[in-house]
Amino acid sequence: MFLRLFFGLRDARVPVSLREYLTLLEALKRDLHGFSVEGFYHLSRAALVKDERWFDRFDQVFGHIIKGLELHLEEPWQEIPEEWLRKMAGQHLTEEEKALIQSLGGFEELMKTLAERMKEQNERHQGGSKWIGTGGTSPFGAWGYNPEGIRIGGKSVHRRAVKIWEKRVFKDLDDEVELGTRNLKVALRRLRRFTRDGGEPLLDIDETIEATAKNAGWLDLKLVAEKRNNVKVLLLLDIGGSMDDHIREVERLFSAARTEFKHLEQFYFHNCVYEGLWRENSLRWTDQTSTREVLNTYGRDYKLILVGDASMSPYEIVMPGGAVEHWNEEAGVVWMQRLLTAYPDATWLNPVPRRAWGYTESIDMIKTVMDDRMHPLTLDGLDAAMRELAA
Amino acid sequence: MRFEGTDTYVATEDLMVAVGAAVSLGRPLLVKGEPGTGKTVLAEEIARALGKRLVSWNVKSTTKARQGLYEYDAVARLRDGQLGDERVNDISNYIVRGKLWEAFDDDAGAVLLIDEVDKADIEFPNDLLHELDRMEFFVYETKETVRAVNRPVVIITSNNEKELPDAFLRRCFFHFIRFPDQQTMSRIVDVHHPDLAPELIQAAMRVFYGLREVPGLKKRPSTSELLDWLKVLDAESIEIERVAKATGALPPLFGALLKNEQDVDLVRHVGSRHGSRRGRG
Repeated sequence: MFLRLFFGLRDARVPVSLREYLTLLEALKRDLHGFSVEGFYHLSRAALVKDERWFDRFDQVFGHIIKGLELHLEEPWQEIPEEWLRKMAGQHLTEEEKALIQSLGGFEELMKTLAERMKEQNERHQGGSKWIGTGGTSPFGAWGYNPEGIRIGGKSVHRRAVKIWEKRVFKDLDDEVELGTRNLKVALRRLRRFTRDGGEPLLDIDETIEATAKNAGWLDLKLVAEKRNNVKVLLLLDIGGSMDDHIREVERLFSAARTEFKHLEQFYFHNCVYEGLWRENSLRWTDQTSTREVLNTYGRDYKLILVGDASMSPYEIVMPGGAVEHWNEEAGVVWMQRLLTAYPDATWLNPVPRRAWGYTESIDMIKTVMDDRMHPLTLDGLDAAMRELAA
Repeated sequence: MRFEGTDTYVATEDLMVAVGAAVSLGRPLLVKGEPGTGKTVLAEEIARALGKRLVSWNVKSTTKARQGLYEYDAVARLRDGQLGDERVNDISNYIVRGKLWEAFDDDAGAVLLIDEVDKADIEFPNDLLHELDRMEFFVYETKETVRAVNRPVVIITSNNEKELPDAFLRRCFFHFIRFPDQQTMSRIVDVHHPDLAPELIQAAMRVFYGLREVPGLKKRPSTSELLDWLKVLDAESIEIERVAKATGALPPLFGALLKNEQDVDLVRHVGSRHGSRRGRG
């Protein structure tokens, strides 16, 4: 049974190792669980799970193994608050997909069908609760409501006392999809490169001891420059328009970046980079910095990180005068190429989910300009981008 | 030996089990949780309950793992050498003991608190792996091995600022201090303020949980803030009605609960609309 729990956890992608399993066995040998299931639950959780974000999955696996409960790693359904669905749709659908929904009779219609379908499903399998549209025929699957763990809470049909692991109190802590500031920081840290130059000199004790010994005991002080993280980052953020949906992610990225890098220069642009950038959004029309000046001010050793959804009309990229808000003498792609020539280490982070990239022509175009160096703004994507930049 | 909380600390079932396992197997216990839920206090209380001495090591961003073991004060020795001091002949005069050594040295076995381990560099926990595993380390200068007579109980706290290395995590037991539910919270309040009028506590707790649910707060008030607030409410003899009426709006003496002017602003504007809403799991 313990082995089943162990493998069950591994199957649920909770990182547990053999070492932890052996610890658990050792603890059991000493009767630390007090011979109760609840004690065993607490003990095995403390021994096997090392991060609160896995607690929820642990609860599910534990419930499954111990009670033979039906395993719902994907959530049961209940009533869906309409407001919530709308928000979901806004966040997860591309313009094209929204248009498709319209053609199916609009959002209202979709909501109605969804509600009906859920009622049907609840009636059909009592207590068992399944994803809507797992068969792949329902439009809900097709619209991508489910894949990233969007879930609707469930009601237990069985009336019985709820065990502690069935309460699923740690549900909010499972953050595999969501980016927290701390994850961002850890990912950004891959860029760190400590070097000794400039800065306050420190006493190098080992060197001093050796030099002094060689000097027949007369003190010979050796100094060394303090270690510093010397990575320089030029961060360009897309702001406004279609980016409004992603503001939270971007803010988090930015606040994480600010604490990680001493040399961080940050500017805003809108949709595509043109001749002007700005430091603060309120100064957008009054105090632009010319892109040329930025190119001339910050050297080749800066690493360029562009953050934007790259979702715009193709004209905004390739045509002079194509920008939405002003007349640009030169096309966006010209400026992009200037930036990429000036900064060989560059990457583009895109908050739009990767599976939706194909729907937007401009994303493809930017990706080509970037030489494929585009990554989704998820932990994995950020990680890959940082590895690429650090290489 | 079972830890069951103390007269000033309310322990939940899972905490007791985790502490018990860590003590009995001699493994470190990693404690995480929202700020202000009593991570640091836990170590003090464990020490008190087990009747052991508490050695606390507060980690900062500049702390190096070595400093917990010992430091060799080469500069002092150099100076003494130049001045012809007798002490210079014995190198052990210049070995400064760190907190880990101090804890290892305690014959009765101490409780070692490594506080806010996530503040230090990412590699910090890795550098302590061997020392915490074997509970021994080698002093190169004097060629001696320092070994714990009685394995100390090691409590490590983290505020989630950094991911901790896997190898380190595998060696620990883990406990996450969940924000207390109302029931546990009233027990905690009871332990700290046994003399307060129950009506005041009830009203204050309602306001407190209401505040915690205001969406978008930068720093949600936690247990320690509630306890402080109750203390000042009592000290200033604020009437219960004033507290009770404040549900949603800014409560009296809100400075004890909200520590950020943006939060105060936020509560002033939206608090009244959200204050009564309860979370749905």
